[in-house]
Amino acid sequence: MVEQPATDLGTSPDDVQFRFRDDEMVDHATVTVDACCDQTNATAVRIEPGDDTRVLLPFLDRLALVEVNFPSFADGRGYSAARILREAGYTGELRAVGDVLIDQLSHMRRCGFDSFAPDKPLDEEDAARAFATWENVYQHAFDTHGGKRHTIIEKRHG
Amino acid sequence: MYQYDQYDQAMVDARVEEFRDQARRRLEGKLTEDQFKPLRLMNGLYLQLHAYMLRVAIPYGTLNSRQMTVLGDIADKYDRGYGHFTTRQNIQYNWIKLEDAADILADLAKVEMHAIQTSGNCIRNISSDHFAGATHDEIIDPRPYAELMRQWSSFHPEFTYLPRKFKICVIASEKDRAAMRLHDIGIQIVKNADGEVGARFFVGGGMGRTPMVAPMIRDFVPLDQLITYAEACLRVYNRYGRRDNKYKARIKILVHELGKEEYTRQVEEEFAHLLEQGVEPPHEELARIAKHFGDPAFEDGPKTVDRSDPDFALWVDRNSHRHKHDAYVSAVISLKPVGGIPGDATGEQIRIMARLAKQYSFDELRIMHTQNVVLPHVKIADLHALWTELDAAGLGAPNMDTIEDMIACPGLDYCALANARSIPLAQRISERFDASGKTEKLGELKLKISGCINACGHHHAGHIGILGVDKKGVENYQLSLGGSEAEDVSLAKITGPGFTEDGVIEALETVTDVYLERKEGEERFLDTYRRIGMEPFKEALYG
Amino acid sequence: MKVLTGNDLKTGDVIWWTGEGWSRHVDDAVDTGEQGEQILATEEAARRVNVPYMIEATREDDGSVRPAHIKDRVRALGPTVRPDLTLKPKSPEALDWII
Repeated sequence: MVEQPATDLGTSPDDVQFRFRDDEMVDHATVTVDACCDQTNATAVRIEPGDDTRVLLPFLDRLALVEVNFPSFADGRGYSAARILREAGYTGELRAVGDVLIDQLSHMRRCGFDSFAPDKPLDEEDAARAFATWENVYQHAFDTHGGKRHTIIEKRHG
Repeated sequence: MYQYDQYDQAMVDARVEEFRDQARRRLEGKLTEDQFKPLRLMNGLYLQLHAYMLRVAIPYGTLNSRQMTVLGDIADKYDRGYGHFTTRQNIQYNWIKLEDAADILADLAKVEMHAIQTSGNCIRNISSDHFAGATHDEIIDPRPYAELMRQWSSFHPEFTYLPRKFKICVIASEKDRAAMRLHDIGIQIVKNADGEVGARFFVGGGMGRTPMVAPMIRDFVPLDQLITYAEACLRVYNRYGRRDNKYKARIKILVHELGKEEYTRQVEEEFAHLLEQGVEPPHEELARIAKHFGDPAFEDGPKTVDRSDPDFALWVDRNSHRHKHDAYVSAVISLKPVGGIPGDATGEQIRIMARLAKQYSFDELRIMHTQNVVLPHVKIADLHALWTELDAAGLGAPNMDTIEDMIACPGLDYCALANARSIPLAQRISERFDASGKTEKLGELKLKISGCINACGHHHAGHIGILGVDKKGVENYQLSLGGSEAEDVSLAKITGPGFTEDGVIEALETVTDVYLERKEGEERFLDTYRRIGMEPFKEALYG
Repeated sequence: MKVLTGNDLKTGDVIWWTGEGWSRHVDDAVDTGEQGEQILATEEAARRVNVPYMIEATREDDGSVRPAHIKDRVRALGPTVRPDLTLKPKSPEALDWII
């Protein structure tokens, strides 16, 4: 089996500025969605905005890391990609990479991202404040799935 | 109307602090304008021709007198003494400073108001029927559903960076008074054969460069699946809406390019998946919200007015809408005085309307998408006293749904996107038609003026529409006929070559003359046009 | 002439490059010739102007500056429908200048 060369793909653990997991960081070359489907041993994949995330669903068991690329912070497709993966039961690391800025962090976290590798390092204090912006939330997302957190509406009705 | 609980209040307060922090980082240079722009837009702050413009949300067009008073105070304290009511039931202030914006949002938060998501590529203010909860012809008050959707769509983590803006409308009558079919998602609350209440979804309507009427995607969604279905519609759009071309990024393009059947298939698939995820709020929430929208304590009283004053009688005939209680009407306060700026009101006038609402309408007002204000529950016995005060304040124009009741966007006088001015045209038209007495003869005639192709003036949906264009640096105007944003929805057709400002006013005289000559019985302009077609008008205009 | 314009970051006021700084009055604008882009970049980075851009304008006989496009003339003076809110509220011919 020939490994897809990593070339420019894949962030290394050094690029990860925020992480909300206790396990070891995966240090594998990340492959494209297409390559991932062909290879039986790929354990880390990168999703681009134009990819169909659901193509990966048969392979979730063997994936330890999924990177979702945000080439521009204004392209919101990665948020759907994240929720879809988590809804399908993916429990590995879900890393937001690329044009990841302070003001997107809390929404990304809600959608299921648990690690962040921004192109440009972010101010730590600003980021801490950003993650803590919303004490409560109106609508369901990954963070409220399975009762880990309750929405405002759930709290209103016990 | 809805009252915030501690959670709602905490959300708007957190949003004010978030924006204050964002504005600070912009002023410090930690954020470039490109990075800051989407953030300030999501708090309603545009950079327009003369200054920053702030668009404050009036959820489904409903507010009380305390809130209305604050809107008037903001106009005086932070702006230049006036505000502009918009075609999405919001209010805009044109002369705002960035350094004041967070304080203004804090003032608004104190009265349960905000500017959340009134711009940006996110879900915008949810609009509704301005006569909701008062009109005789709705099956239920649609506003609790609009409120449920407001909460669902606020700071939605998945849908904050959509391909483009997203506008939702909810009505609950066969009559469409909110241009529902011209929204990204239009929802009509209906009853099925078993008498159950549900939501009919129309997706993919809109105006702008490529106007489209939203096709029906689902005939009946049970109300305890409303949010799940909406989420499915949005997710398909977020994933597959075009992002390569700003002018092809609305959901109407996606629905058009996929075809209604394929878009529906994808939504149904996502809907089935999301049902398993359990994203619907608990059904008790709708009941909790609905309790805020109960009827006020209506009293019996006279069902007719004294018509001896002809000015008063005219105002009653034109500006009242039938109420579900026979001792009441909904009264329209016109913000279209002859020669005035459509939709503008001074701080003082805004406070007067607030006081009148408290006195005559159970402390409630509505904003119409046609840029007027409604007092939804006025006792017929009080109408004369109300009208007297309105008249004294310059708010008594008896012209609802006449040619003088035109929609005009701010246009090139205010808006950076505009190609031509729309307000001076509106002023000249209303002056002329009032002076000649033609307004009266023409009856119902919905004129809509947009200063550019973005169609904020809804010109595609006007019985007569006017579009401002740039013709080699000179303002020019295209005329179109036969649009409607009611339940008989249709898109206007352009007559032919454009006109100068003087020319389009003459053209308006010409086409209305054709109507007056050719009308049969009680036909409106729109009906005559639909019966005789474009040719007679074209002939008269261009020979 | 090539003239630079933009908005003040804090207040949103329309401003014009004078050669040394930014003025609210279009008649203070200077011809930046080929230096325009560079000045824009410097000034924007220093946050002395927001969303700046270059426009064509002509220097009139009386020394005043007339932007070539009607939109920039509206920006320069104010809304034609509210003469009281323009930079020349007491001057009726100012509105003719815009159009």
